[in-house]
Amino acid sequence: MPWPIDQLPYPFELTFMQRALAASVAVGIFAPTIGTYLVQKRLSLVGDAVGHVAFSGVGVGVLAGLAPVATALVLAVAGAVGIEQLRARKKATGDLALALFFYSGIALGVVLISYGDGLNADVNKYLFGQPLTASSLDVLLILGIAAAIVGAAFVLRRLLLSVVIDEDWSTVAGLPVRFANNLLAVLTACAVVAAMRIVGILLVAAMMVLPVASAQALGRSFTGVIRWAVAIGVFAAVAGLAAARVWDLAPGGTIVLVAAAVFAVVGAVRRGVTARLLQREGRP
Amino acid sequence: MAAPDRSAVAPLAREPSDPLVQAEDVSFAYGASPVVADVDLAVHPGEFVALVGPNGSGKSTLLRLLLGTLRPASGRVLLFGRPPESVRDRWRVGYVPQRPVLTSEVPATVREIVSTGRLAQRGWWRPLGRNDHRAVDHALESVGLTPLADRPLNELSGGQQQRAFIARAFASEPELLILDEPIAGVDAESQRRFRSSLVHLIEQHRGAVLLVSHELSAVARDLDRVVVLKERILFDGAPAELMAEGVSLGIHQEDLPLWLEELG
Repeated sequence: MPWPIDQLPYPFELTFMQRALAASVAVGIFAPTIGTYLVQKRLSLVGDAVGHVAFSGVGVGVLAGLAPVATALVLAVAGAVGIEQLRARKKATGDLALALFFYSGIALGVVLISYGDGLNADVNKYLFGQPLTASSLDVLLILGIAAAIVGAAFVLRRLLLSVVIDEDWSTVAGLPVRFANNLLAVLTACAVVAAMRIVGILLVAAMMVLPVASAQALGRSFTGVIRWAVAIGVFAAVAGLAAARVWDLAPGGTIVLVAAAVFAVVGAVRRGVTARLLQREGRP
Repeated sequence: MAAPDRSAVAPLAREPSDPLVQAEDVSFAYGASPVVADVDLAVHPGEFVALVGPNGSGKSTLLRLLLGTLRPASGRVLLFGRPPESVRDRWRVGYVPQRPVLTSEVPATVREIVSTGRLAQRGWWRPLGRNDHRAVDHALESVGLTPLADRPLNELSGGQQQRAFIARAFASEPELLILDEPIAGVDAESQRRFRSSLVHLIEQHRGAVLLVSHELSAVARDLDRVVVLKERILFDGAPAELMAEGVSLGIHQEDLPLWLEELG
């Protein structure tokens, strides 16, 4: 199949790099889009908790001889909706609900995998991400999920904004608050599973949160924050993947480190600008 | 005596019409302790009603019963003539909560927040159309926030933020506006804007307002009725009647709070 991006220069001149690039850029777009709503909801670590539940899904897949992505998706959706139910019914505070699923997920995954063949390369692929071995089908799947997430987040952006900003008011106003929260949970689970092949379960939440953390300082509106977060996510994906190829580093980790570096630079520049403004106004 | 200065509208309010919201013999208790007992209350189109009472007198609980987020232990509540939980077009009620929970993790602009007020009426799955944008502009204008519409809400003062929440409630063009302590600690300019926006709703749109507040001086001349609640309704009548009992709403700003304190 001819790729629309098959004429790219080094370090993206090879087909496997082009596939990795397409999938990584997709992650750079959809993970921060969902992440902006999660950060506003003060559930920054939900991606991590769902990632750990997805890991137990990988364990189920490996043990049962099923496609790990499919079993991971089923468990991740169940886990994300479960966390939301605990939070919404006030059975547990947000972070306690996260911790419950976080630890149960990773423990179940470890037990299941030890029961099977032990930790093998197949599991490492999901834990740490291996975008360079992504097949055309993997890439198409990730692009499809990316389109679905970005489409849903765009069409329902005002509903999601209303609910993450003021849940009580949204309920009184007659908006479908439970639907919106569960939709956000399902989209989070889809994002985690789609991204785990690229950045890995251990780092998937980073791409949902780090670009948003930088964007908060740059955007002047909710929409503006999403745009900045996506721009930073895409930049981290491209720069991280290029650096990984050039210096032969782990691609998932490098992508996340670039996103973290952007945060550090944005923070430092912002502090510098604020200090200069204060100095100009004659304040210490 | 301060008569309502909305003489053109006040007679309309006295026309016999179905109440927008009505509590009939409503009681509610948290566990064994009663919070609201045997309350009868109705708000009609075009009315401006203030609900006052000492701290812990059940005002917020009564609002929640009227809005349908709590169900009465006995008695019944009718919103637009139906049990609140079965009212589908809830946008007909505008609600301004007490100290709205709005964390500012991500900056959202005043316009973005006010626009969410259109969702329930428009259909939350539909994009906003020209009429919706016009209603949002009108809501912003009526609370005097047009110049600040594109500023992040968390950069605004407390009074300006509260006006943004009033504009969010206005955006759905409600028939009934319910406000829970909206002007506590708000600056004078915001109080003036607040008053004129409520009067605008009543005069131009013939909406009704139910306002819970300790601080009625800003709207004292506009009120049709004052309802005093302390578990039960102690008084329900024109401000003039309350003043006849020696309680002033506006002339001496301290009078009403002091009197409520004595009640408590």
